[in-house]
Amino acid sequence: MSTSTPAESNGAAGTNGAAQPVRPRPELPPAGQTPVRQRAHGGAGDRLRLWWDALARPAQWGIGVPFVVFIALLPILNIPVLTTVGTNFGAVMAQFGMYALIAIGLNVVVGQAGLLDLGYVGFYAIGAYTLAILTSPDSPWNVTQPEGWLSDDWAWLAILPVAVAITAMSGLVLGSPTLRLRGDYLAIVTLGFGEIVRLLADNLDEITGGGQGLKSVAYPRLGVTEELPNGVFSAGNVGSTLNSGVWWFWLSLVFIIISLMLVGNLERSRVGRAWVAIREDEDAAEIMGVPTFKFKLWAFVIGASIGGVSGAIYAGQVQFVIPTNFNIINSVLFLCAVVLGGQGNKLGVILGAFIIVYLPNFFLGRTSLFGIPIDGSEIANYKYLFFGVALMVLMIFRPQGLIPVRQKLLTYGRELYVAARRTLAKMSDGGPQAAYATSAPASGTVGTRSGGADGAATTERTGDDEPTDGRNR
Amino acid sequence: MLVHGVLAADPLIGFDLAALGRNFWALTVDGLTYGAVYALVAVGYTLVYGVLRLINFAHSEIFMLGMFGQYATLLALGFYPSGDAFDKGILLTILYLGIAMIGGMVVAGGAAVGLERVAYRPLRKRGAPSLVFLITAIGASFVIQEFVHFVLPALTGGELGGVNAEQPIRLVEPEVQFTLFGANVTNVSLIIIFSALILALATDMFINRTKFGRGIRAVAQDPVTATLMGVSRERIIMLTFLIGGILAGAAALLYTLRVPNGIIYSGGFILGIKAFSAAVLGGIGNLRGALLGGLLLGVMENYGQVVFGTEWRDVVAFVLLIVVLMFRPTGILGESLGRARA
Repeated sequence: MSTSTPAESNGAAGTNGAAQPVRPRPELPPAGQTPVRQRAHGGAGDRLRLWWDALARPAQWGIGVPFVVFIALLPILNIPVLTTVGTNFGAVMAQFGMYALIAIGLNVVVGQAGLLDLGYVGFYAIGAYTLAILTSPDSPWNVTQPEGWLSDDWAWLAILPVAVAITAMSGLVLGSPTLRLRGDYLAIVTLGFGEIVRLLADNLDEITGGGQGLKSVAYPRLGVTEELPNGVFSAGNVGSTLNSGVWWFWLSLVFIIISLMLVGNLERSRVGRAWVAIREDEDAAEIMGVPTFKFKLWAFVIGASIGGVSGAIYAGQVQFVIPTNFNIINSVLFLCAVVLGGQGNKLGVILGAFIIVYLPNFFLGRTSLFGIPIDGSEIANYKYLFFGVALMVLMIFRPQGLIPVRQKLLTYGRELYVAARRTLAKMSDGGPQAAYATSAPASGTVGTRSGGADGAATTERTGDDEPTDGRNR
Repeated sequence: MLVHGVLAADPLIGFDLAALGRNFWALTVDGLTYGAVYALVAVGYTLVYGVLRLINFAHSEIFMLGMFGQYATLLALGFYPSGDAFDKGILLTILYLGIAMIGGMVVAGGAAVGLERVAYRPLRKRGAPSLVFLITAIGASFVIQEFVHFVLPALTGGELGGVNAEQPIRLVEPEVQFTLFGANVTNVSLIIIFSALILALATDMFINRTKFGRGIRAVAQDPVTATLMGVSRERIIMLTFLIGGILAGAAALLYTLRVPNGIIYSGGFILGIKAFSAAVLGGIGNLRGALLGGLLLGVMENYGQVVFGTEWRDVVAFVLLIVVLMFRPTGILGESLGRARA
């Protein structure tokens, strides 16, 4: 169950769950019946995790770097099983890059701080529109110049920090009044925010071009050759193996790695611990001295900025922004990526983003799969139906996502963590099961429906995280 | 408000208070017409929230299914798409409208109960946290929308559903009946407002006077004690969804009287958010609050769209929601179905 030394945290979990002074819980799990998600670790995923954590740093680098290079080369290698038929695989990977960034950003808000944000597309839109308004010749606030940093060659890169700053500000503006709300209310207010951003883009015709959108948005003009007068990043670079999609995918990969390092460091710092504490029990965190509002606002701002980067990449890639591309349904799709992958796990959500982007495109234009004739385009049309079903089924059977997060011992260092996990893995291979039997139901039901009743303990997930206790701070 | 304060100086957003003054009563009447629909849908949100502490995000799609339900009923009664049938006489028109309303209620009520069984009950059995419920609701909302978008046309041979809005069947020709302070009051407005009032009164009586209503209030107040007192919680929850669905189905018919072109797969979403705003405005979990909030939101939104311009109509509603949640999250009449009506 827990990842720390079993005895201690079991005790903590037991008292935490059993004697929680909230209203009586209407539904405890039936006695003697432990749901799958509350079993001790020991699956293949956990073995992999343990193996990886036990590796020395240089070995991790030795495996990690070639793996990233392999991912980067995916669109060029053109592996027959993976590649898409109906659309260009490079373009699909570029879209995946953007969605992965979004998933990382949204994961900070939803997965780590436990704030359900249904208006995340608003930040994405603000990032895209900032770039478009400042660089499109259609806009009255076009700042591009023929020479220097704001010339066509550099405008995208020069405006990118501005776009990120403005998106971060918008996160602050939305967050500061609304983050005092809890759970469901926050979700609806952010939903309203996302819709307001789209309506603003639609209605402020003179600045945003209204329903017509803004054309000729700036993009990095690199690698100009005779065949490609606008550089490798331009939308005109299609057809060849090294098309613009591949270049944009590589660019987003750079930003993904940067934001992964940023988010990873935050996760292991005081900020990350505060987020976990807020997610698990906001009142308890507040009482223990965590300035919850400040850290929630931080989560919002950081999440928003990453969304802004993604928006700017999107605007540059398609060189065209239009309000209908920022519908609220996108927000739900982003959320789907995070939930599918595993909220709180930054690598899991990237997998979620890949599934969300790749699966519909995989079916697009395909006429047969493993020899069975199918109408792939029809299946791709149904993507929202399938994602809706996937969300529902996932919430029932695996609410923690495909690759759930495992809360680590954050302060004690790697060696101790690995040792603890080893012990745990051995125990779950037929060791004393009794140790888990006490802990599982208890920590599993912290913050069940009764949490929603008085807003006391609205926790994000149940089974897999150890309750955050004082030792972690 | 945000929109006003920041951008009013900018000519991009109009600001015309005089127009509000000129058309005040006309706007009020039309706002009440919309508000009545919001109020009926808001009751569904509020009841489910009161009993389960759950925002039934998919309720907007229940409403949308209700629109299709009444439309299908009218088709089954022999009406033709885009055919105006104004010549049926008052009694027959009322009869047809009543049958269509029942059709909408059956579809919406059935869908709401089905949604509860398929999506929410398994989660309750597992004691899932509230955000899991909300995400499931979002998923369900997708599924229902896409069902109408893609699957329904395949099932009905293209007669229902699909990308485009249905061709309207209009039974009531909007006619001005009388003027109120210079505002024209049409028969459509009258039908909507009075039907909504009757349904609202009936629901209020049901919740406050009957045995089942007492059960709903008891579960809302304290599920465990209610169970100990012999109230079947599962049955009460099902009943709650059923009532919400039935009212959404009724609201669907009334809405299509006012907006005949609104029968489309995506037509429930915005209206659902507005109805939710209405429920919050009046105090979510509070039945009378939902009715008051609905009427108020409809009227405010209508004022707002004249002051700022028609395209800002939805923005006004959302900003109103945010402002209410910021300053009075418990709404006008306060939360809690159990406490307020005990």
